[in-house]
Amino acid sequence: MAINWYKYASPASFYTLAGKMVPFFAIIAIGLLIAGLYIGFFVAPSDFQQGEAYRIIFIHVPAAWMSMFLYVVMAFWAGIGLAFNTRLSSMMATAIAPTGALFTFLALWTGSLWGKPMWGTWWVWDARLTSELILLFLYIGFMSLQAAIDDPRRADKAGAIIALVGVINIPIIYFSVQWWNTLHQGASVSVTQAPTMAATMLTGMMVMVFASWMYSIAVILKRVRVIILERESHTTWVAELREKGAL
Amino acid sequence: MKPRHKKLAVITAGVAALGFAAVLVLNAFQSNLVFFFSPTQVIAKEAPIGKNFRIGGLVEEGSVNREEGTTVKFAITDTSETIQVVYTGILPDLFREGKGVVAQGKLDDNGTFVADEVLAKHDENYMPPEAALALEEAAKAQKASLTQ
Repeated sequence: MAINWYKYASPASFYTLAGKMVPFFAIIAIGLLIAGLYIGFFVAPSDFQQGEAYRIIFIHVPAAWMSMFLYVVMAFWAGIGLAFNTRLSSMMATAIAPTGALFTFLALWTGSLWGKPMWGTWWVWDARLTSELILLFLYIGFMSLQAAIDDPRRADKAGAIIALVGVINIPIIYFSVQWWNTLHQGASVSVTQAPTMAATMLTGMMVMVFASWMYSIAVILKRVRVIILERESHTTWVAELREKGAL
Repeated sequence: MKPRHKKLAVITAGVAALGFAAVLVLNAFQSNLVFFFSPTQVIAKEAPIGKNFRIGGLVEEGSVNREEGTTVKFAITDTSETIQVVYTGILPDLFREGKGVVAQGKLDDNGTFVADEVLAKHDENYMPPEAALALEEAAKAQKASLTQ
């Protein structure tokens, strides 16, 4: 059976599809979150250097990874929307931004809480921390620019430019700890090398990473549904939903 | 080429050009993006001596001397060169001999680094204490078998 994927590029059919997917991802997210926090706080051993304080890694690393990954996805959809003039792609980009900003803030905040006891400071202007702060500003810039332009199609285009220009910051964040001397340590988990973490610690962290993925998907789909309704409020299919009392 | 493909090509080229520009800019600012200098760089006078700057390296084993009050003297090494550091204040929990450290301050006339801030720099290894102990003993055993 061939599925006509283009069908779901239409906001009306994607609205229904997303509505079916949200509970599915939300339930998995809650399950993984409970499992991840349990492993992180009760199963994983304490660290030889940092004792119990290292446990903030179970929030910090998933948040930092998601902050970068979501930015790339946001820029991808914004770029597709700009190139092909597909409305749903731009709506996806708009829906991703607040979740991305949330994870960036979480990464900076937990990092600061972690930095004080371990490094001895809340904040330093090293390349890793500074570039992650710029990421937060990029998200905020994207959201405020879109909010400042009344015409949604023009807002999509302007936002896409910011999103695409800002994508350059992502490799800078990721490789900052290799390219420059930073106070932040190098990556414990990377594609090219074996992880430098004990197995249970790594398991807990990866479960939390998947929990953040599922949470992000659920929340973004939920948000994109609202955006679709807002922007399509003049159409007949939304009017029909309203008549049926489905809104 | 369809117009929308042309648009995509223009966008891709634009991002690539910006990326290239970013690489050039970052290369030009290379030295300003450095958070700390190594003792070798300080000895070679590559650090901004006379101004405030940061030194990073390992706390040399056996070099930590606690003086009156909270004054501490220790040496930062990158295994080839060593700089003496004096600091008054509270050290972070992770400040340990043989571990990473970043100190901010100024060189005095005798070549001693007078720090006004000391930060601990830890590595990316996370393991339970038992595993760390086992690794240490394995390293000792290996060393012993090498010297025999």
